[in-house]
Parts: sequence; C-alpha cells; structure tokens
Amino acid sequence: MVTFYGENISSRMLLGTAQYPSPAVLAEAVKISEPGIVTVSLRRETAGNNAGGEFWELIRALGVKVLPNTAGCHSVKEAVTTAKMARELFKTDWIKLEVIGHHDTLQPDVFGLVEAAKILIDDGFKVFPYTTEDLMTGEKLLQAGCEVLMPWCAPIGSAKGPVNPDALRSYRAYFPETTLVVDAGLGRPSHAAQVMELGYDAVLLNTAVAKAVDPIKMAKAFAGAVSAGRDAFEAGPLEPRDMAVPSTPVIGMAVFDSP
Amino acid sequence: MKLAVNGDLVDVNSKTMTALLDELGYDHEFLATACNSELVAEEDRNTCILNEGDRIEILSPMQGG
Repeated sequence: MVTFYGENISSRMLLGTAQYPSPAVLAEAVKISEPGIVTVSLRRETAGNNAGGEFWELIRALGVKVLPNTAGCHSVKEAVTTAKMARELFKTDWIKLEVIGHHDTLQPDVFGLVEAAKILIDDGFKVFPYTTEDLMTGEKLLQAGCEVLMPWCAPIGSAKGPVNPDALRSYRAYFPETTLVVDAGLGRPSHAAQVMELGYDAVLLNTAVAKAVDPIKMAKAFAGAVSAGRDAFEAGPLEPRDMAVPSTPVIGMAVFDSP
Repeated sequence: MKLAVNGDLVDVNSKTMTALLDELGYDHEFLATACNSELVAEEDRNTCILNEGDRIEILSPMQGG
C-alpha cells in the first residue's frame, strides 16, 4: 500500500501504457502485474477516427487508476494547457508533469517544471513531477505544493537502471517524509528491486515492460521485484562490511592436530 | 474561414468549436479542445467563437508512459 495525495494505492508499481505490441498484450500485462496506477497521455485525434475512444474504453475496462501525463511538452504553456485538457478528458486532477528540456536526452527542464507545478497546483491539480535527483529542485517542487517527487534514475527509455545510486540514496535521506517514485530509466526487475531497497515508495516504468520479448511475463517479473525490494527495505538490509565475518559460530569447534 | 486544426490548414464555415467538430466529422465524446493554446472546456464549445487564423487542437486519449 502506498499513499498519493491522501489516496491509498494497492500496488507500488506504476505502469505506462505505451509501446506494447497490441492492446491485448497491454491488457494482459496490466492484469497479471496489477499495477496501482497506469499512465496515459493525449494526442491529436484525426476526424472520423475513434482510436482515442477505443483506447480509453480499454483502460476503463481494466479498472485501474489513471495518471495522465504531459509527455512531449517542452514549455510551461504547453504543459499547463495539456494538463488542463487531460483533467477534462480523464476526469482527474492528478497529472504527471513533464516539461522536457532537451529532445535527445529527454532531461527535465527543472526551471520550467517548478514554474508549471506552481501554476497547476494553484489551479487545484495534484502534481506528480518528473524531475532529476537534484535536491534543490526537489525543495522547490515541495515549496510549490507537490506532495510527491519523481526523480529519474536514468534517461527515459534507456533501460540503464540507476546510474547514480548514491544520488538516489541521498535523495531518499534528504526527503524522508516525502512520497518518492523512481520514474524513468529502469531496464530490468533487479533495477526496480534496487531502488525499492533504498526506500523509494514506488517505481514508474513503461518501456522495460512494453519492449521486452514477452511483455506479459516481464510485467509479472517487475511486480515481483517491486514487492521483493519493498519487503527487503522494510526488513532492514545488512550494511556491507569491509571484513569477512563467519556466519557459522566458531565457539564449540572441535580442535584437531595441525600438520 | 481558414483555421489551423491539429497543425493542418483547413477552410471551414463553422463559427464555433461545436460546429467545427461537427463539420470536420469528430463524432465521439472522448475529445478535449483548445483554441490558441487555451483549453476550451466541453461546456464552452458552443460559445467559443472562432476567428480567422485561430490555432485549434483536438486531442483524445492515447497510450502514455
């Protein structure tokens, strides 16, 4: 169980809905992994087409909470207007806020992100900001009214996993009371387990599942890893030691002649 | 009147957003609209008066990450 803006969500895995081989595979991936939230987006609709309507019917039939995003927005204005359109369409005041700073790296424009977050929160939105692991940006987002922070662990779609685990560890320690979600860059279930073991509250992933050879099985694998990582964090992992420590007691050992 | 609809230049007779959706053949309910980068809420489409050169966006749900 994890709580976002006062709402309890049953799973700590948030799953994107893009890039699957087919709508049927997407549906099966969601059913088998039971994510707490699925992310959706908005795009231009062609006259006479009902692709958007058909997709939305599929998502609604799955019965999972949706989190619309502002993916692809490169300015504050684009992101704010897209968020307002998403609120009307998806009937939710939750928004995954992306303000992209660079086409190639898809790095967040953190200055635009903070500005857009302020505007949207003043307008009643509950903002889930896609950000870097920069601590001061996190501070500014909290000051703007965000109750969730979503740092990347690697560039979107890169599948690299945590490229700077020390920074993620510092981020967790610096914001002990804030709900933190690792968003973007996960490639394998072990990456998800790694960040969950650090104490992150949830992970958000898409490409690692959708572009796997078997997305349904990979969705299940990620769900298990997220759960295992969280259990490990709550269990209190042993810290690494510099020296060997015998696990078998030495007291009571028999003494034999040495050669 | 010429408008830019989803990036394409179109010549239409419609004076309102509602009329524009009808004229262009948008026939399902899962749409969000904007005019000149400002949301036009569903309840405001009838009163949203369009002008020459307006930039219209018509969006619908889509897969996202």
